[in-house]
Amino acid sequence: MRLAEAWRVAADALRANRMRSLLTMLGVIIGVASVVLLVAIGTGTKQTVEQQVEGLGSNLLLVVPGRLDVGSAPAVSPLTLQDVDAVGRVVGDPARVAVTVASGATVRAGNRQDFTTVQGVLETTPTVFARDLGRGRYLTRSDVDTGRRVAVLGDSVARVLFPDREAVGQQVNVAGVRFRVIGVFTPLGQSLGVDRDDEVHIPVTAAQRLYGTQRVDAIAVRAPDRDRIDELGQRIVTELNGRHPGTEFSAVTQEQILGVLGDILGILTGVLAAIAGISLLVGGVGVSNIMLVSVRERTREIGLRKAVGARPRDIGVQFLLEAVLLTSIGGLTGMALGVGGALLVAAVSPIPAAVTWWSLALAFGVSAAVGIIFGVVPAQRAGRLDPVVALRAE
Amino acid sequence: MSPAIEAVDVSRTYQLDGVSVPALRGVSLTVAAGDYVALIGPSGSGKSTLMHLLGGLDRPTGGRLVIGGREVGALSAPELARLRNETIGFVFQAFHLLPRTTAVDNVALPLVYRGVGARQRRERAAAMLGRVGLGHRLDHRPNQLSGGEQQRVAIARALVTDPTVLLADEPTGNLDSTTGAAVLELLERLNAESGVALVMVTHDAEVAARARRRITMRDGIVVADTAQDPLTGSAGSDEPGMGGLGTARAGGLGTARAGGLGTAGASGPGVAGAGGGGS
Repeated sequence: MRLAEAWRVAADALRANRMRSLLTMLGVIIGVASVVLLVAIGTGTKQTVEQQVEGLGSNLLLVVPGRLDVGSAPAVSPLTLQDVDAVGRVVGDPARVAVTVASGATVRAGNRQDFTTVQGVLETTPTVFARDLGRGRYLTRSDVDTGRRVAVLGDSVARVLFPDREAVGQQVNVAGVRFRVIGVFTPLGQSLGVDRDDEVHIPVTAAQRLYGTQRVDAIAVRAPDRDRIDELGQRIVTELNGRHPGTEFSAVTQEQILGVLGDILGILTGVLAAIAGISLLVGGVGVSNIMLVSVRERTREIGLRKAVGARPRDIGVQFLLEAVLLTSIGGLTGMALGVGGALLVAAVSPIPAAVTWWSLALAFGVSAAVGIIFGVVPAQRAGRLDPVVALRAE
Repeated sequence: MSPAIEAVDVSRTYQLDGVSVPALRGVSLTVAAGDYVALIGPSGSGKSTLMHLLGGLDRPTGGRLVIGGREVGALSAPELARLRNETIGFVFQAFHLLPRTTAVDNVALPLVYRGVGARQRRERAAAMLGRVGLGHRLDHRPNQLSGGEQQRVAIARALVTDPTVLLADEPTGNLDSTTGAAVLELLERLNAESGVALVMVTHDAEVAARARRRITMRDGIVVADTAQDPLTGSAGSDEPGMGGLGTARAGGLGTARAGGLGTAGASGPGVAGAGGGGS
């Protein structure tokens, strides 16, 4: 029998049992759609996070207590501003060193208020992190040295507190202490549902007083020489280890952060895909089951076909193609649904979803393979049927 | 002329739960081209098993079976399938048409496995349906056809490949007597026209009486293999017209039988088997 003929016979058989074919396909459709959708979400999340980290620049070093690793708990920071000065000496340029001591706090202006992240920082932050001011000015060295109560607002905070007025020059109340707004950042937008403009920067000295601490959470360094960034990190860590014996420090680069995040998100995507894959497997078992039923139902047809000259292979191929057609149509439908779902998720929710060609190819390949794997046994059974017995079947 | 089918001491034993059950115990016979044979016998006599063997649906467990010049025992399953496709046409009691498939597609089915292209298949199937008087029913599905029409479609399907032997298993068993008679008449006409050997399993004595040769089976062996005078055979028939047809073929029968037996005689056991069956 010619292959084109076999495809036609398989399609006819599916059409003859429309409802059953559809229900059988549904298992594959759901499986493939969820694989495509979940992989798209995993990939989208990974891409967004990576873009964000890459936005920091490849010559950024983050110095934190403890170790940057999957599964290690964040350590309490013993770092102080003296350590920051020491790091500045190691780097050779204090302007390349930034710090943060952050806490959530309620910021008020008049009868409006906003709960936001208040970060104590040095005047170096815009240089180190490449942040742009929309209006007004940023903190100065003297603001930091004197612990002056001035604040630079994120765009969202400015909008909430001063919806119809210019924020710069106004007073805000941060955790009960009055600060003067001297600038507003240019908006960064949202990522992963997090508003990146929801922050307030104040001098680190003012923040330490506000929170009653001498510590800073972390130090960031923009390395002068990108090629020797690892060596610089090592020198900073050595310096800090000397100043705080018994505490471990890490100087991590963007590359390392990407590596760790990539691992985490890769595992996440893998787990999601595996869960979806299970439903695809279940769909495949459904296909196998229906094909066995189909072979039994059409035993007489098989007998007749053999009587008029069908070889075992002709019959086997016919049933195998039927299974493959079933899962392929299911697979294509599932792909369409998965892509549609991913676009919908990306459009209406903060969850990013990026459909990748490899996930589509994989999903289609797997569904066709499911058809072959789960169709082989029923097809072989059909091909091997004894025509005499088959013709006599009820 | 070599016989269409030659069976020499053919046996077929089934294994049921480890017990050997002999269904055929040494059958020898020859079906010549253009033969018209009625195969009769009580149920369990082995005539269905013999039919399956003669049609290449099954292989003997002993003896030698040659269909269309090929030794069945030596053929693989695909080769046997091809042999069926090329030399045998089957007509079943229950028609065995594919449901949801038009008459013309049902008839064309054997050509599908012969690799004939779609257009030529349809042409040949339509022509064959015309020969069985269903030229106006090409695109009807089995459930839109009467029992007699369905069996005609099945006959057309059996003959579309131009086989040398037409095996009919109780072809009139599911039909009322009038329709059955018409179907039988059609089979006889096709046998006469195209020279296809007709081997028919039947319970019906009247049907059996119309054949030119009658093979009677019992307990897995042939107990009688007799040429019957078509004139006598047709004397009992309700339709005198058939007598005429039968008579017309009498000469052809004689030649074919003689040739068939002659060949079998040359190989020895064929004649002995046939003779043994008769004694």
